[in-house]
Amino acid sequence: MNALVNIIKKELKELLTPATILPIIVIAIIFGSIGSSMEGIQEGLDEKPVLGVINEDNRSLSKIVTSILENESEIIFISSDIADKQYGLEQVKQQDGMALIVINKNFSTDILSDTRGGLEVYWIMKGAGLFDTISSGVVEQLITSINREISKNLIETNNKTVNASIALWPTSRIDTTYFKDREIKLSPGAISSMLSSQSMLIPIVIMMIIIMAGNMVISSMAMEKENKTLETLLTLPVKRTHIVTGKIVASAIIGLLFAVVYMFGMSRYLQGFQMSEGLNLADFDLALNSSDFLLIGISLFITLIAALALCMLLGTMAKNYKSAQTLTFPVTMLAMIPMFVTMFADFDTLPLTLKGLLFAIPFSHPMMASRALIFNDYVLVIGGTIYVLIFAIVTISIVVWVFKTDRLLTGSTRAKKLFSFKKRRYK
Amino acid sequence: MTTVEVKNLVKNYGETKAVKGISFTIDKGEIFGLIGPNGAGKTTALRVISTLLQINSGEVRIMEYDVEKKSEEVRKLISYLPEDAGAYKTLTGRGYLTFIANFFAEKNTRKMVEKGIEIADLGERIDDKVDTYSKGMKRRLLVGRALMTDPKLAILDEPTSGLDVINAQEVRKIIKAIAEKGTTVLLSSHNMLEVEYMCDRIALIAEGIIVEKGKPKALMEKYNANNIEEVFTKVVS
Repeated sequence: MNALVNIIKKELKELLTPATILPIIVIAIIFGSIGSSMEGIQEGLDEKPVLGVINEDNRSLSKIVTSILENESEIIFISSDIADKQYGLEQVKQQDGMALIVINKNFSTDILSDTRGGLEVYWIMKGAGLFDTISSGVVEQLITSINREISKNLIETNNKTVNASIALWPTSRIDTTYFKDREIKLSPGAISSMLSSQSMLIPIVIMMIIIMAGNMVISSMAMEKENKTLETLLTLPVKRTHIVTGKIVASAIIGLLFAVVYMFGMSRYLQGFQMSEGLNLADFDLALNSSDFLLIGISLFITLIAALALCMLLGTMAKNYKSAQTLTFPVTMLAMIPMFVTMFADFDTLPLTLKGLLFAIPFSHPMMASRALIFNDYVLVIGGTIYVLIFAIVTISIVVWVFKTDRLLTGSTRAKKLFSFKKRRYK
Repeated sequence: MTTVEVKNLVKNYGETKAVKGISFTIDKGEIFGLIGPNGAGKTTALRVISTLLQINSGEVRIMEYDVEKKSEEVRKLISYLPEDAGAYKTLTGRGYLTFIANFFAEKNTRKMVEKGIEIADLGERIDDKVDTYSKGMKRRLLVGRALMTDPKLAILDEPTSGLDVINAQEVRKIIKAIAEKGTTVLLSSHNMLEVEYMCDRIALIAEGIIVEKGKPKALMEKYNANNIEEVFTKVVS
């Protein structure tokens, strides 16, 4: 055989292992799923938004508004009395609608007397994920159309009483968003932008910490085996629990150090994209207090311990450094799945099966904690933290048990093969 | 006084029987050798005695402590040197000895480390990273590590493996000297001439069974052989 072909064949055999193939397949699946979700959102955008309308004005310009809304959306509630606002909101909520639009009493007269006509938009926000707020953009587009049509009308009728700047954008808007039983005087887009650090920064940082710290633990176990130091360590007068705890705690310290560094770097990075400069979360009662930060810290620490315990368990299966790289794959996936889900969607808006899956993955909980705490969802955070704690305790117990058995050094399959080979040779 | 007592020790890896019911005892200060070819079950027996592997049946006691039930107590008494052991590459030789000493002595660490350095005899290289050591230097460091703790029982798997003739002789002398001071030594080797020189008593092991045991001289006389290698050949054939 040609020497070059021989080398290529050998290299391909070494490179095409499950460790290299599986991540590519899974990443392709993840991106495929994200693409499908985007298609779903696109389809949602093509559908008419479900709205309620209260038209207190009922004059010429407000009729332009109602006409556009009737044509471009599905009106499920219509009234001319502001007293029906609460009822209208309930109707919109019940029918999975997006917003209730109130055209103020003096809408037309205000515009014609050179004042912007007032619109009040009462949004029903379902989730704070990036995907959750995209659909509110459809209503934003409708409002742009309303402004354009009224402008057109004012210009066509050659109305000289209206100033040019009012004629070009004749409406003013007051946004009120109802989200998780809270009334916030902002649009869903602005809320989402303000919460972008919770939506993007925290899941990314947690994912990176878990993968890097986890990789350290698995590699540490693999190196102990590859460098033949494990046997010596296991015969020293030190408790197995101390060996396991020592490795986990050391990696957790490094992991938390990573967290601080990444958090700083990523927050500076995200500031460059933040659209809500000048808005303060505390002004809208969306800021976390010190006890919330403590809960997030506890959740992150326990999750890191759980992740490292899981990595330690996987590390016990590593035969050498190369095989350790393969074993980091499940942890990477378990960190990436909740990261993508929590970035793009809100836990509350997920289908039940996905909710169950997200809750079951221990790494999801610190990713969801900050957003949940802003809206006082303590049950999810505390319940999740208790679940992760139980997961960590069980996993550590399994690791200690493995350390007390032969499995760490032999691995039954390997030993079986080795000894059958030796037996054959000896005969 | 008996330091090691092994009774009908059986160790299986799945369906493969590695050790098939071996028994022997070792007295205090004695150098006992387990002799046999590769795959005979020597290392498995040593790993069981070192508390690394679980027993399928039989019993192993170190100074009255059962290795399975009182493994933590046993680990305080023993020092195990695996055949292909390594040291932490990021540490210096001195750093490695200090790391190990910290498990044994909270107060006399320095004294223990100095003893390890003396046995390892690496000169100024003791302060270099282990990663820069030759195979022989690493082995000397590991022998120093195994013996500096003054163990009641030193379990040495091929202690001179990877050493040149001069270094191997030096290590043999050190092992003999610590035995004279009261440390019991259990070693394995496939170098039968080495054990003939070092061991007070030996056990010949083949395919997981002890086929013969006794004092080297007595065995040579019994089998009318010039050395233990010949004894082994005669016993297994």
